[in-house]
Amino acid sequence: MKIDAEYKELAWQGLWKNNPGLVQLLGLCPLLAVTSTVVNALGLGIATMFVLICSNATVSAIRQWVPKEIRIPIFVLIIAAFVTCVQLLMNAFTYDLYQSLGIFLPLIVTNCAIIGRAEAYASKNPVKQASFDGLMMGLGFLAVLVILGGIREILGQGTLFDGANLLLGTWATELRIEVYKLDSQFLLAILPPGAFIAMGFLIAGKNAIDNKIAQAKPKQLEQAIERVRVNFEN
Amino acid sequence: MSALAPAINKNAKLLMLFAVACTAAVSLVHLLTKSRIELQAQQQLIRQLNETIDENRHDNAMFRDCIIAPQGDKENSSVDVIYRARMNNAPIAAAIKTAAPDGYNGNIELLIAINNDGSVSGVRTLLHKETPGLGDKIELRKSDWITKFSDKKVIGENDNRWAVIKDGGMFDQFTGATITPRAVVKTVRKTVDYFKANQDVIFNTESNCGIK
Repeated sequence: MKIDAEYKELAWQGLWKNNPGLVQLLGLCPLLAVTSTVVNALGLGIATMFVLICSNATVSAIRQWVPKEIRIPIFVLIIAAFVTCVQLLMNAFTYDLYQSLGIFLPLIVTNCAIIGRAEAYASKNPVKQASFDGLMMGLGFLAVLVILGGIREILGQGTLFDGANLLLGTWATELRIEVYKLDSQFLLAILPPGAFIAMGFLIAGKNAIDNKIAQAKPKQLEQAIERVRVNFEN
Repeated sequence: MSALAPAINKNAKLLMLFAVACTAAVSLVHLLTKSRIELQAQQQLIRQLNETIDENRHDNAMFRDCIIAPQGDKENSSVDVIYRARMNNAPIAAAIKTAAPDGYNGNIELLIAINNDGSVSGVRTLLHKETPGLGDKIELRKSDWITKFSDKKVIGENDNRWAVIKDGGMFDQFTGATITPRAVVKTVRKTVDYFKANQDVIFNTESNCGIK
């Protein structure tokens, strides 16, 4: 029963309350740079999620043997090794996508969400929970990437899933949806400023929903505040 | 001071252990994927070559029959690798990998295939960093502009049709992006001239590159 509640809390934290993309604002660089299409976003999101799960599980598995003083270099080593493996695998099996993601694939190493989760959660919790946390945080990040990619692709070139064959093979060419026909592309949505603006709206939207929920249930909010105080430790 | 020594010693060993383990894991994946990555790169090259020179027109493995361009010519210093198409050992066409140095945002890497008679067989953009939505119409995925080079010839010394329409030539420019098509047209033209001037060298040099 207690374990169930913990998993639920992890899912809630990763997907909504503490979402790495919308709340922690970690990994903004790939988030904004790669999300010009849904497929790019999906590719990077899945790669990031995979690294996050693997690194969380590994960090958690070795947590007893790693002294506090050298934990950060060891975490970095582990994360870098996983990212390099993912990069090699994508180079081998999804060659075109690997090329269109370019520099942002190796840059997963620098995504603070990954080392953040290793340090804040995985290094203190058992393997199962840590992997689940990685999965949920990864899914949260993936969701934001895909939504942002979707918004920008629809606004920018009027399509969805353009280039899905890069990720899934030639059959996926049919997945491409032409939402509407554009004579010339809406440049702002494709260029980085469009990413910032769309991201701002997403965060604002999330905060608006949170406020609505808070207004609807004022009592529960108070309880939540108490819990924060209980967890205060160093 | 000496009290710290055992801790440092232990930590250093532990760090080394992790470094070795991580390196071993990466090496393993590298060994497992190496041949497949090479195969992917080779297949992509074959695909690009086939797009610019029809595969029925030659009977040799073009991606193996290639030379690294002789350096020294300042005008064409960006010419990189030249792939040669032959039918029964007679030269048919050559695909030249080169770059337009004056794009809007850095080099535009091009594969330019030229028939033995000096006409263009096909051009493809390999890599570019032009503005999305404006300059990226040089990609076949975005526009068929790049196919307009096919069968074009450079006639005479000063063939002023080799320019964008805005400059009095025969190639469309893009709305909002003239620099990109201008750079591509200029490089294709330069490469055609290069090919014509060095045709014998290009086809008679022993193959000296290619994918192992």
